[in-house]
Amino acid sequence: MSTEKSKFEQERERWEKTTAAHAKDRPVKFMTTSSVPINELYGPEDMQHIDFDRDIGFPGEFPYTRGIHANMHRGRLWTMRQFAGFGTAADTNKRFKYLLEHGQTGLSTAFDLPTLMGRDSDDPLSEGEVGVCGVAISSLRDMERLFEGIPLDKVSTSMTINSPAAMLLAFYICVAEKQGVPQAKLRGTLQNDILKEYIAQKEFIFPPEPSMKIVVDTIHYCAQNVPEWNTISVSGYHIREAGSTAVQELAFTLADGFAYVEAAVAAGMSVDEFAPRLSFFFNSHLDFFEEIAKFRAARRIWARRMRDQYGAQDERSWKLRFHTQTAGCSLTGQQPFNNVVRTAFEGLAGVLGGTQSLHTNSLDETWALPSEFAAKIALRTQQIIAHEIGVANTVDPLAGSYFVEHLTTKMENEAEEYFQKIDALGGVIPAIKQGFFQREIAAAARQYQHEIERKERIIVGVNAYAEPDEKLDIPILKIDHKVEGEQSENLKKLRAERDNTKVRQTLAQLKVVAQEDRNLMPPLIDCSRAYCTLGEMINVLKSVYGTWREEPVF
Amino acid sequence: MQRKIRVLVGKVGLDGHDRGAKVIASALRDGGFEVIYSGLHQTPEMIAEAALQEDVDVIGISLLSGAHMTLFPRIMDLMKKNQMEDVLLLGGGTIPPEEAKQLESMGVGKIFGPGTDTRNIIEFIRSWAATRVAEA
Repeated sequence: MSTEKSKFEQERERWEKTTAAHAKDRPVKFMTTSSVPINELYGPEDMQHIDFDRDIGFPGEFPYTRGIHANMHRGRLWTMRQFAGFGTAADTNKRFKYLLEHGQTGLSTAFDLPTLMGRDSDDPLSEGEVGVCGVAISSLRDMERLFEGIPLDKVSTSMTINSPAAMLLAFYICVAEKQGVPQAKLRGTLQNDILKEYIAQKEFIFPPEPSMKIVVDTIHYCAQNVPEWNTISVSGYHIREAGSTAVQELAFTLADGFAYVEAAVAAGMSVDEFAPRLSFFFNSHLDFFEEIAKFRAARRIWARRMRDQYGAQDERSWKLRFHTQTAGCSLTGQQPFNNVVRTAFEGLAGVLGGTQSLHTNSLDETWALPSEFAAKIALRTQQIIAHEIGVANTVDPLAGSYFVEHLTTKMENEAEEYFQKIDALGGVIPAIKQGFFQREIAAAARQYQHEIERKERIIVGVNAYAEPDEKLDIPILKIDHKVEGEQSENLKKLRAERDNTKVRQTLAQLKVVAQEDRNLMPPLIDCSRAYCTLGEMINVLKSVYGTWREEPVF
Repeated sequence: MQRKIRVLVGKVGLDGHDRGAKVIASALRDGGFEVIYSGLHQTPEMIAEAALQEDVDVIGISLLSGAHMTLFPRIMDLMKKNQMEDVLLLGGGTIPPEEAKQLESMGVGKIFGPGTDTRNIIEFIRSWAATRVAEA
């Protein structure tokens, strides 16, 4: 082994002095999307610390670097799961049915900002935002309309909701109940990742500690009642969109994952009781190899930690399953059709990285929510990756690449350094309170912008190959602001028609349970069934837990 | 002595996307302006009040929620009510060109779309300030 290495080194020296001696590089910085410098060539010496059995191994086997299933996409293609939601529940119900008819295999719900912030559509602070960047859901009644004609035992549904995740799960359970579908048959995912809200997406309501308690309540409840439900989708997506590097996305997301494991264990659960239902959600940005290495590193880190540190014995607890979305922040408003190309490469990286499901962004998303036209091209992009370019034929085809294996290990090591830093700050929540993640991400975002403005980083159509007289010539989806009025009317009607004694009783019970620090899921389901609104439930909990404000820093 | 141009960078509504606001706030600070960042989840009223209290010359609002056609007019009304017609209102975010044009015709100084070079914003504010001094 060592003689072989030195032989390579000798050969490499010879090559540098002869063949490569006059090879002049272009005068640019060779670096990844995350500003990591990249060498001209990688070789066996870059893999000398990598052991095949220990670090790479076989797909479906520990440490899962090559994928969590033995035959990966040969067995089953990834789920093509396009995120959709706008307007009223009836509008989104129509889009869902359209996507299902065009071959989509799972649903993914986008909620509007009021819903994400736990506010009813008729709340004064909801003005102008109802149904705009997602669907407006204020009560079980809206949820019934959203899934009308969609049998919940036949589809898996992902819900991108965090602060009010427990309430939306309660709504979903109640819709299933009305369809006659038992909870045990429900399949889907709740994003329910509150930590990244404080870190990046900033849709928080309560302070971090009670928020974690609510997350643990949902984990506990689902472990007992909704066993096929993915309780948290631990999300790096928003961390990356907020400007982080790939390593920061990897490290902060996994650190959040560990924090949930520790919180659930601290609440008395055994790790194998809940860990198999944790899933992840990553961004796939433009740097092809860096992204693939990130996905591979994520699986390896998770498997090692779960087995060796948290003592998980169930193999399912070791397997990091993840959803991928292409990078919204990589899209340009200029020459929007170029975004189809960007998205295709990003989607491809997700697939080669072994994703379980994928959302490909639409070409028009720097301007508005996707039009039907743009959404269809995005879905077709995935279908082309799946069926036409041959990448689903074999598992983890980039394994053994000197470059990719080196990058995978490098990212794993750098993530471990971040874990130590976070531990030194006292863990994820103390690090949030000290603004650690927020500062790291903001600095990376600034760096990225500087690189673009200094033209160290070329963005086609923006700082190179620009067309200054370009006219935007694509259909733009217009959201009808009459949704707000309709929703207000619906809510007024609901508040008049429902049994308000029952509403008061269930809300009072919710408060008692919160004060006594018991599991919130049963009273939330009772509240939902009684048609309490989302805002009413959230307000009860605000009165017990208080609210959170972030110190503005830039 | 001429004081530094004061800019309030604000996030209005429930939208938590603060990457752009922060990048621009720091670019403006590096460009020599006095910058106040409002933090998240502000109402138009809170923005108008902060602008008055901080006696700013420029308000820059970042909106990626799609609520721009509701929130910008609200801010403009409040500016009028508080006799802040001499304050420059700028905007940025995911705002389609057609609606950007509408907002500009209603009195927003300029809407900067995705991909804007921060130096263009700095230049815009500087030349606006120069004409204001000339008028005075």
